[in-house]
Amino acid sequence: MNEKNKAALVIGAGIAGIQASLDLGDMGIQVHLVEQRPCIGGRMAQLDKTFPTNDCSICILAPKLSDCARHPNITLHTLSEVVGLEGIPGNFEVTILQHPRYVDLDKCINCGDCVENCPVSVDDEFNVGLKKRSAIYLDYLQGIPAKVTIDDSVCLHFIQGICGICKKVCDKEAIDYEQKEEIFNLNVGAVIVATGYDPFDPTPLQNFGYGSASNVITALELERIICASGPTDGHLIRPSDGRTVKKIAFIQCVGSRDKNYNKYCSSICCMYTTKEAMVAYEHDNELETKIFYIDMRAGGKHFRKYLKRGEEEYNITYVKGSVGEIREDEDQNLIVIYEVSNTGEVKSERFDMVVLATSIIPKQDADKVAKSLGIERDKYNFIKTLPHAPMITTREGVYACGCCHEPMDIPNSVVEASSAAALAAEVIRSSK
Amino acid sequence: MKMEGEEVRIGIFVCHCGSNIGGVMDCKALVKYASTLPDVVYTEDNLYTCSEVGLNQIKDAIKEHNLNRVIVASCTPRTHESLFRDTIQEVGLNPYLFEMANIRDQCSWVHMKDKEKATEKAKDLLRMAVGKAKMLEPLEKIKVGVTPAAAVIGGGIAGITAATNLLHQGFNVFLLEKTNQLGGIINRLYKLYPSNELGTEFIQKKIEYIQNHPNIEVLTNATIKSVYGFVGEYDLEVEVNNSTKKLRAGTIIIATGAQVLDAQYVQEFKGENVINQADLELQLKNKTFDAKNVVMVQCAGARIDERPYCSNICCMTALKNALLIKEQSPDSHVTILYRDVQTLGTKYEETYQKARESRILFVKYSPEKNPIVENDHVKVYSELSGGKEISIPRDLIVLSTPLVANPDSKELAQFFKVPLEENQFFLEAHVKLRPVDFATDGVYVCGCTKWPADIPETISQAYAASSRASTVLSHETFEVEGSTAKILDKSKCVGCEICIKICPFGAIIKNEEDEVDIIQVLCHGCGTCGATCPHKAITVSHFTTEQIISQIHSFGGD
Repeated sequence: MNEKNKAALVIGAGIAGIQASLDLGDMGIQVHLVEQRPCIGGRMAQLDKTFPTNDCSICILAPKLSDCARHPNITLHTLSEVVGLEGIPGNFEVTILQHPRYVDLDKCINCGDCVENCPVSVDDEFNVGLKKRSAIYLDYLQGIPAKVTIDDSVCLHFIQGICGICKKVCDKEAIDYEQKEEIFNLNVGAVIVATGYDPFDPTPLQNFGYGSASNVITALELERIICASGPTDGHLIRPSDGRTVKKIAFIQCVGSRDKNYNKYCSSICCMYTTKEAMVAYEHDNELETKIFYIDMRAGGKHFRKYLKRGEEEYNITYVKGSVGEIREDEDQNLIVIYEVSNTGEVKSERFDMVVLATSIIPKQDADKVAKSLGIERDKYNFIKTLPHAPMITTREGVYACGCCHEPMDIPNSVVEASSAAALAAEVIRSSK
Repeated sequence: MKMEGEEVRIGIFVCHCGSNIGGVMDCKALVKYASTLPDVVYTEDNLYTCSEVGLNQIKDAIKEHNLNRVIVASCTPRTHESLFRDTIQEVGLNPYLFEMANIRDQCSWVHMKDKEKATEKAKDLLRMAVGKAKMLEPLEKIKVGVTPAAAVIGGGIAGITAATNLLHQGFNVFLLEKTNQLGGIINRLYKLYPSNELGTEFIQKKIEYIQNHPNIEVLTNATIKSVYGFVGEYDLEVEVNNSTKKLRAGTIIIATGAQVLDAQYVQEFKGENVINQADLELQLKNKTFDAKNVVMVQCAGARIDERPYCSNICCMTALKNALLIKEQSPDSHVTILYRDVQTLGTKYEETYQKARESRILFVKYSPEKNPIVENDHVKVYSELSGGKEISIPRDLIVLSTPLVANPDSKELAQFFKVPLEENQFFLEAHVKLRPVDFATDGVYVCGCTKWPADIPETISQAYAASSRASTVLSHETFEVEGSTAKILDKSKCVGCEICIKICPFGAIIKNEEDEVDIIQVLCHGCGTCGATCPHKAITVSHFTTEQIISQIHSFGGD
C-alpha cells in the first residue's frame, strides 16, 4: 500500500518534528524534514537532563537524530524554510527557500581545521551567548549533519571581502563561497508544523535584575552551565566571578501568568526547575536551593513523586510566595525580597545565583511561518488549533504539534508528534 | 565460538561522552590499555562516539582494518546498543558482533569521586568486553508476517479515536468493549471543556461513524479470555454474550481508561450530600441540580499516602462545573477548596482567570489541616490567611476525586506481558520518548489507562498510539530480536518442564512430538530458562555459557 503515496512535509526538526518524521518514515511514507538551523535537534539538544527520569537529554536524543539522518524515507533540508503552500490536502505544492551553507555537504568531514583558524568570534546561539563561536562553525558537538556552516552575516569574506582562511586551510576543498540561496518546490500530501518556541527575554522585568545583575540567569542558561558539553564544562560557577555556587533561588512564572506579559501558564517550568535544582545538587551536595512558586503544577506521570524526591533527597525548599525584587550587593550576591503567601510576611534572603523560569513564547518568526502556510494563530500568537483535536489547525491537511501551538513538555510533544503523523497519514493514504 | 578459520579482529572505541566519562577517567590511558588486549587490532577515543563523526569513524575503521568485532566503551546499551548495531551493519558486519562496555552508567557516574579507581574498573570492563567479543557469533533477526488489523481494547474516546484513524489509514479494526455500549466515561458527562459541547452529542457522532464503517468489527459485552502470539500475529479469544470469538490482529492498542473514585471511599470528607464531580455532572445533565451553596474540595482522596499522585484533570473539571453552575444560577455560591490549581497552558489558565472573575471563591487548604464537613457548612483553615478558620455555608459538597486504575488492569497487563506502575496504571516503555509504546513490540497504550488524562490529551494519545501501530501494520513483515533462547542439545532435555513453567512470555511449549520447544518470536531472550535448566539443555544466544565464562575469565584470569 506504500508505493503511490504522496510525501509528507515536516517543518522543524526538534524532538516533535523528528518523532513525526520517524513515525511517517516507518510507515513507509516519504518525508521532507525542513529545519531552519544548520543541524537538527532543536531545544532538546540544548538541555542537560530531562525530568522525571533525569536522563541525559542529548544521550536519549542522539539516537533519534541518527535514525532520522539515516532513514531511507526521510530527506533532511537544513538551513531551509517554507515560504509558500498552495493546493489542497493530498496535493500541496510547497515552496522551500534553502539558504547557502557555503560548505559542500559531501566534501566536509568536520575535521575542524577551518573552525580553529577562523578569526571571527561571535555569540554562540546554541550556548545562549555564554560561549563564543567562529563565523564558520559546527552548530553543536553532536549535531547532525556533522558539517560546518558559514554564517555570512559575520564572515569577513562576505562582509568585507577579505580573509578566505577557511577556504585555504580546507584540504577537502569543501568551502564554496559561491553557493546561492535556492528556491524549490515539493509536492506533498500533508504538512506537519513543529516549529517549537522561544524563551521569553526577562530584561523588561527590571525588578528581577536580569541583564544588570550578572548572576541572575535564565533557566536555559543554567541548562548550558550545568551541561558537561556547555561553556563551563559542566562546572556550576557564577558568571560574574567564576565562584562555585552554594545557594540558588529559582523564581517561577517569570513572564508567565502575568497580565503585563503572558497571561498563560508555560506548563513545564515547575518541573524543569525541580530538575535543574536536582542536577545542580548532584554537582555539589552542599548546594541549597529554594524554589519560589505560585502554584506547583505537577499533574504528569510520577511528577508529584519527583517533587517529593527533590525535597527529601536534594535539599530543595519550596516556598509559596511572590518575589517582589532582586537586589545585587557589592559582592554580586543577590538579595531576594519576597512575600510568603501563607503569612503575608515580607522576607529577604541572600543567594549566590538566581535562576528565572522564563515563559515559553511563540517563535519570533511565528507570524511569517503562519502566513506562508495560510494558517491562523491564537491571541497569544501560537498556532491556532481545535479544542478537541489539538493537532488540527485552521487549514485542512496542515497539522501542528508541540510547543508551536501551546507550551508543553517533551512527552506531550512526542505524543502530539506521533499524533500529527497519524493524521497526516490519514490524508496521504486516503487521497492517492 | 570463533568462526572457523577466521581471525578475530576487534576494534575498540572509547567514548568521552563530553566530560561524563572524559571528565572522570583517563580515556587516553584506557585506549592505550585496550590496544594491549588480545585480538584487539584497532583502538581510538571519540568525544562522542554516537555523533555522526564518531559513527563514521567506526565504519571507516571496520573497512580499513578489516574489523570483525566492535566494542564501544560508553554510556549504556539501554539507549545506544541499537544505534551501534545498526552502524556496523551498514558496512556489512553482523549487528550481533557488537559489544558494549558500560563505562558511564556503571562506572564514571557511580565512581565520580574516585577517578583512579574508576579508570581501573573501566579497564576491567574493557578486558571483559574483549573476552566476550571474541566469542560472539553472528545472529539473524527473526522476520514475522503482519496481519493488517488492529485490536483496540476499550470503546471510550481513546479507543474510538485510535480505531477511526486506523480505519482511515486503510487497516481493519476490532473494537472490544467490556460494557454494553461504546462511549465510556463521556456518556455520563454533561458539557465538555474547553468547547462546552454536550458530552453525549460529541461522542454519539463518533460512535455512529465507526459503527457504520465496513472495516470495523465492534464487539460490545466483550471479555478477553486468552491472548496468544506476538507482534504481527496476536490471536485473541474473546467471550461475547456467552459465545467465544477468535480474532487475529497484528497490533494491540490498550485503551481501557480508568474509573472515577466514588465519594464514599474518601474517608476525610464524609457527610450528608457529599458527592463527586461525576455525580454532579449527572445532576446537571438530568437537570436535578438545585443547590445554592456549593463547596468543591480538590484532591479529595488524592495526593495522600494511599494515592500520592495528582489526578491531573480534576482542577479543570471543577472549574468547568463551577462555571456551569454560575452560568445556570448566578445567585448560587461556589467555593473551591484547593491545594494547587493545575491549569497548564493557554486555554486552561484562561478558564482559571475566568472563574476568578466570575466570583467563584478559591480557598487554599493544607492536608495537615483538612477542611471539616459539617451538616450545613464547611470549616476550612485558609492557608493563605495563616491558617485562619473560615466557615463556609454549604448544601452540597462536591469532591474532586481522582481517577483510579481499573480493577482488572493487572489481569489485562498479564495477557500482554506489559508492566504496571505502583498505582496500577500501565507503564510505558519510556516516559519521555516512548510515551505510548511498551517494551513489547506491537502493543500500545493511550488515555487514562496510562495516567489520568483529559479528553484533548486522550485524543492526542489515541492518535499517537494508532500512528505507532501503523508503523507495524504498514508492512508485510516485521523484524524482532534475534538474541533468543534455543535448545542446545535435545538429548540433554529430560522433559522436567521447569522452563515451561518459569518462562514469563509463554514462549516454551511441548510440541506435537512431546518435546520441549521454544517459539523463537515469543522469546525475549531474558535468559531465565537457560539459567534454570538443570541439565544445561538450553542456551541463550548472545549470552551463551561460553561467552559468559570467557568474560569472567577475562576478569579474573584462568
